[in-house]
Amino acid sequence: MGRYVLRRLISAVPVLLGITVIVFAIMALIPGDPATAILGSYATPENVEKLNRDLGLDKPLVAQYFIWLGNMVQGDFGTSFSLNRPVIDEVLERFNATLVLAGTAFVICSVLGIAAGVVSAANQYGWADKAITFVVLLGISIPSFFLGMMMILYFAVSLRWFPVSGMWPIYGTRDIWALLDHLVLPASALAVVATGVIARLSRSAMLEVLRQDFIRTARAKGVHERGVIWRHALRAAMVSIIPVLGIQAGFVLSGAVYIEIVFQWPGVGRMLVDAILTRDILLVQGGVVFVAACYVMFNIVVDVAQSLLDPRIKT
Amino acid sequence: MIGFLKLLARNRLALAGGIVLFLVVVLALVTPLLPLAEPNVTNTSARFLRPFSDGALMGTDHLGRDLLSRLLWGTRLSLAVGFAAAVVAATLGAAIGIIAGFYGGRTDNLIMRGVDMLMAFPYILLALAIVAALGPGLFNALIAVAAVNVPFFARNIRGITVGIAHKEFVDAARLAGLSNTKIILTEILPNVVPVIVIAMSTTIGWMILETAGLSFLGLGSQPPQADLGSMLGEARSALITNPHTSVVPGLMILIIVMAINLLGDGVRDALDPRLKSGALSRPMASTMVRRQGPVPEPEGKGLLEVQELQTQFHVRDRNYRAVGGVSLHVKPGECLGIIGESGSGKSVTVLSVMGLVASPPGVITGGAVRYDGADLIGAPYRKLREMRGRNVAYIFQDPQATLHPLYRVGDQLKEAIRAHHGIGRDEGRARAIELLKAVRIPNPEQRLTDFPHEMSGGMRQRVGIAMALANDPDIIIADEPTTALDVTVQAQILSLLDDLRRSRGLAIVFITHDFGVVGQLCDRVAVMYAGRIVEEGPTQAVLEAPTHPYTARLMACVPELGGGKRRLEAIPGLPPVVDNLPMGCAFADRCDRVQADCRKGEIVLERQGARAVRCLHPVTPLTEAAE
Repeated sequence: MGRYVLRRLISAVPVLLGITVIVFAIMALIPGDPATAILGSYATPENVEKLNRDLGLDKPLVAQYFIWLGNMVQGDFGTSFSLNRPVIDEVLERFNATLVLAGTAFVICSVLGIAAGVVSAANQYGWADKAITFVVLLGISIPSFFLGMMMILYFAVSLRWFPVSGMWPIYGTRDIWALLDHLVLPASALAVVATGVIARLSRSAMLEVLRQDFIRTARAKGVHERGVIWRHALRAAMVSIIPVLGIQAGFVLSGAVYIEIVFQWPGVGRMLVDAILTRDILLVQGGVVFVAACYVMFNIVVDVAQSLLDPRIKT
Repeated sequence: MIGFLKLLARNRLALAGGIVLFLVVVLALVTPLLPLAEPNVTNTSARFLRPFSDGALMGTDHLGRDLLSRLLWGTRLSLAVGFAAAVVAATLGAAIGIIAGFYGGRTDNLIMRGVDMLMAFPYILLALAIVAALGPGLFNALIAVAAVNVPFFARNIRGITVGIAHKEFVDAARLAGLSNTKIILTEILPNVVPVIVIAMSTTIGWMILETAGLSFLGLGSQPPQADLGSMLGEARSALITNPHTSVVPGLMILIIVMAINLLGDGVRDALDPRLKSGALSRPMASTMVRRQGPVPEPEGKGLLEVQELQTQFHVRDRNYRAVGGVSLHVKPGECLGIIGESGSGKSVTVLSVMGLVASPPGVITGGAVRYDGADLIGAPYRKLREMRGRNVAYIFQDPQATLHPLYRVGDQLKEAIRAHHGIGRDEGRARAIELLKAVRIPNPEQRLTDFPHEMSGGMRQRVGIAMALANDPDIIIADEPTTALDVTVQAQILSLLDDLRRSRGLAIVFITHDFGVVGQLCDRVAVMYAGRIVEEGPTQAVLEAPTHPYTARLMACVPELGGGKRRLEAIPGLPPVVDNLPMGCAFADRCDRVQADCRKGEIVLERQGARAVRCLHPVTPLTEAAE
């Protein structure tokens, strides 16, 4: 097992390098003098000069890449000029907030999505299946930012059940209950699309499994139908559901950008959008690389979970 | 193509989606011709007019601009950008995919590595990085959304191309001396285009959502021009005071994307052949029963009695009569063999006993199955479940597929017991070890924790048998348990079953297509053909003097050790398809003794003592055979 994890970690290195190359290449696309482009036309000459020096822009591209990479490996992602603080500090702080939001949404969509898919498959063509299929279709068609706005209107403004926005109350204690209170709406809005996708895939994975011979064996043993569905079929279907969860985690992370804007959540997505609008390129670069790297790591966790779940995978 | 459109039209939801989408597209196309207010003319004295006010059907926004006009122009823009992004992504992705798939080798490897790399990103990070580099703007957002989706197309199209690149017609083109470019354009591309179009139709809704998203963030269309996303983004600041400015564009996105998704699902379903055949249906907990005609009276012939059983498969508008009126019985301690070719209905007959025929499409349409006199067909599921494994247990053909691949065999054994008896952990383990011992598995303690894939075929089948024995059933139904095994293992399994039968007084119903196996194990044998029994009798008697020509031909298929230079004779032709059986004898077309009267009408199963045959011109006359 340990060896398998190690092997997966090693195989992630080229992917991580590839990510840095892609991000670097995209940033190299910026036309004209990069420093001026980054800082905007109102930048002071000192700032432009400092940035040129910071980025090593006087050197050839390849050298620039390796300097940038070397700095990042040492934890130096540069300094955000708009915030005037190290990029890594800002990213870490913001990423925490995103993790709380996206993590909660991920748990919600995994549990709800799989449950809905199983119920749907177990009652194929029945009313529960039809109802779930319809809700799922609605869920994957609604833009999450619109859904978030409507939820604010109804649950926060009309019913006053939850706060309108933010992560913490402006006054009052910052305890877990305050956080949960602020988390319910954005996490639900964020989970909706992924729940729909996971439900769809779980349903078809379950239908696929339910036709297999070992299900008939379970029934022939006299196992109760509930056991056939939840113990035999779901266990086998999980093998194809888990990779989907890994992919959906990426979508949840992506969707978090919109939800963070709508709910004023102090996460990394909102930071990135602000950074783009203020042309704070170093902050964008650092944020993108950091989040992408975390996602790659998360996918290793998914792979390991998969190998634990399926003894047929050679580890 | 017409069939496809018909199928699509039959799907009412897809049709509705198609109509809505058509209307929206038409509306977007004629927008410039409509008598609308200018979308970008501001009028601050008429800000935030409510919907249905004078001169502004949908009200006005924060700058007093007419919402209806902006909505239609915005829809136009969103559709155009979404569509353009889809076309760009599909074209680029297809080009990359075709090149990778066609050239293969290092080119393929290099390209696909890059594609995988791009897919390792959460897509929005890539889109944001691109917009950050190019600067906000609708065109740049379009580029970003298209670029993010290129890998998806590249990967799909590559898969298809790899399949095509090795087909004969491509080789032929190559031999004809065509250049690679020409082969790609004339041979590969036409075969890939339908896939590209389908992939595009399923992603276009997604593209519209994505560009709307970037515009919503303020990174797409810049004021005063607005697509649906930026309308929503601008309206956000007035969400609480004037929600209609948000609701109008938001609902429009929802309507468009939902219509596209409905249509896309319909297209996918219409193209999926498995859906047509009903192969994606979930089998219910027990077989559907729709008995026509009266239930036969009990005859008290044996422990298990199958009477005039009819089981059919209803697929679309066709009825396959897999079992067409079969009567069988088995007494305690007796072994009954059922023999026949694949598709003769023997498995379906025995699976019907405990309602294990997959349903849909299986339906039991007539007859009765009696266990100890009580009819099981139409018995409530609860009763069937209680009897499964406890009174009647099954052993199936391929133990690789019939054991759950992800549970340890010990747990599967314990579960079999626990399905009927509440037992503790230690007791379950002890019982499981006992069972493995009973089927002569060495080191049962260690084997408990094996997964099925860690065992050999013979060992797995022993586990299958142990599972069937778990609750001391009276009857074991073995559905070709040795077919997937090699000959020496087959012999071991057969002698094991024979010993168990004698030591435990089990009744066994043994299904096979091998007369050699029947001779070793069975007291009586029933021969099935096209869903009916054509001959029945004590094994020894049938082997010595077969009456039905089919039985005789089946026996000729068994090689005999030391049998000299006898020719092994295959039976010419195939069994008839059971949805349209011929008049008279179903074997007539393959029979060398066939006469005109064989095809005239129903031929009954004639009985004489222990023997029975369904033939007008038997090999050995029944009266003679019965002696």
